[in-house]
Amino acid sequence: MLVAQEEAAPGAGSDPPIPAAAKAHRPTLWAALALTALLGVLVILSLLIGTGSSPFARAWDYLLGDPAARADAQLRLAVVDVRLPRTIAAVMVGVSLGVAGCLLQAVTRNPLAETGLLGVNNGAAFGVVLGLTYFGVKSPFAMLLWALVGGMAASSVVLLLAATGRAAGSPLRLVLAGSALGATFHGLTSYVLLSTQSTFDTFRYWTIGSLAGIETSDTYPLLPLIAVGLLVAFACVRPLSALALGDDGARALGHRPTRVRFAVAGAVTLLAGSAVALAGPIAFLGLLAPYAARTVTGPRMAGQLVLSGLIAANVMIVADVLARVVIRPWETPVSVLLALVGGPLLIWIARSSRMSTAGAA
Amino acid sequence: MTKTTTDVAASPATGLGLTVEALTAGYPGRTAVAGVDLELPAGEVTAIVGPNGCGKSTLLRAIARLHKPDSGTVRAGDADVWQLTRRRAAHRIALLPQSPQAPEAVTVAGLVRYGRHPHQGLFRQWSREDERAVRSALEATGTAELAGRRLDQLSGGQRQRCWLAMVLAQETPVVLLDEPTSALDLGHGVEVLELVREVAAGGRTVLMVLHDLAAAARYADTLVAMNDGRVVAQGPAREVVSSELVKELYGIEADILRAPGDDSPVVVPRRG
Repeated sequence: MLVAQEEAAPGAGSDPPIPAAAKAHRPTLWAALALTALLGVLVILSLLIGTGSSPFARAWDYLLGDPAARADAQLRLAVVDVRLPRTIAAVMVGVSLGVAGCLLQAVTRNPLAETGLLGVNNGAAFGVVLGLTYFGVKSPFAMLLWALVGGMAASSVVLLLAATGRAAGSPLRLVLAGSALGATFHGLTSYVLLSTQSTFDTFRYWTIGSLAGIETSDTYPLLPLIAVGLLVAFACVRPLSALALGDDGARALGHRPTRVRFAVAGAVTLLAGSAVALAGPIAFLGLLAPYAARTVTGPRMAGQLVLSGLIAANVMIVADVLARVVIRPWETPVSVLLALVGGPLLIWIARSSRMSTAGAA
Repeated sequence: MTKTTTDVAASPATGLGLTVEALTAGYPGRTAVAGVDLELPAGEVTAIVGPNGCGKSTLLRAIARLHKPDSGTVRAGDADVWQLTRRRAAHRIALLPQSPQAPEAVTVAGLVRYGRHPHQGLFRQWSREDERAVRSALEATGTAELAGRRLDQLSGGQRQRCWLAMVLAQETPVVLLDEPTSALDLGHGVEVLELVREVAAGGRTVLMVLHDLAAAARYADTLVAMNDGRVVAQGPAREVVSSELVKELYGIEADILRAPGDDSPVVVPRRG
């Protein structure tokens, strides 16, 4: 039967149809459009809904440019100074975590890889604690910078460790170096915290990831970092997808797996470091968004990255809006909400047969 | 021939032979390949045979730029393969590993498109040329009607033809195959080997490692017998295969019969 097929195929003159997967994958395209539209709606909702006393309709008037609403200083404070920066930050954090998680899962070929894997979160926490304890850091912006520097530094050391010695650059080495160094930083953080009570109080709020109190200007220094991270990510799409053929398979196609891995890990550092600096450690999002994206895109790497970023941005905004209203007038930290939803979802994934198709070797 | 600016067009898909000179390669504390010379003309199938651990896989890996040789050169046409960039080398030599790893849930067309990676770059995305190469690779391997199917839902024989299509889509003058039939039953194995002959007939230089001496003798123009890192015999199967060679390679007594059709040697081990 096979031989018969073989004889029938060539030389027939007419071109047999080849599915147009080289062009855009239809479901991925539609999902991207739908998620972008949804993101637009959520951004507007995020500007309209809040903890404060400003009613929904008045905020709507403000957005439409109603002169009376624009003149209202309290409304302006709520929409422009409180909700707008949170919304911008939510999108930045979401996109960063979504793309970073997706990259890390592809590069380690581990569907459960998370953005904290490179030691970014623990490093950022240590940075914040150092800043609080020994450098008298007070402003949220300064804390953000300390988190950023800490996260980047930890991740750089992990990459250096992973790049040396035997089996240099293997995914396993990356993961081992990440968890070992992460644990070290965690220990250091605990040590400093236990010895200084005042730091502990402030740190407690930081370590519960939240977007409350963010100002628009806080996001400026992170924009170029995230932009570079995203550029590197998308430049690596083809070599990264070739890693799925194994290192030898990728090499035979002209790729350099080790170099690809380090470029990607660098991008993850920029993205995850920026996210943790803005919102503190946020679990699950970087793990679940790529997973959800893959159910639509299949193995298509570019589609995975785009959808994962969009999904995470959407989830992040929803979580942040919920954080404002669930126990109004108090705030629920975003990370707590995400953990409440993410935990059960993770268990469901682990139990479902899909996990085996989520990119494991 | 018109001069084109892209290196892709400048490297013809056929007509380049493969030359290996004084190649030595090994692992810490062990030499696996010791001074091997080979001269493979374009349009022919060459099979490397030999016992396990004779160095045939290491030789193939050294040619495919997966294992850095200690000394010696590998030339595809006039270019030293190890002096080229990895991407340029992938324009000249394609490899089908022994048990290739497939991306999860990949379709046949998706897999074959991987073969075009060496011809693409950051600023050179999918082109008509790529589409043509994929189409002709699918047709040449009889997998065109499988293009939309998922690879993991195909039979072993179909899958191997899809992998071959990926390698062909790379459009390299030299094609290396590591045990292309090892996971296949007799029928599908023969089917793949027939396909390999067609590939060579199209002007490519094919070098494959084969476990099966009988299949190698029947389907290769030239046999290269290796033992202990060295080439012990080289030439047309009809002249090379003998009881002595089988004894030297595998340490067993065997009679050599002649196949009715083409006189190709058939190895029949004697029972103790």
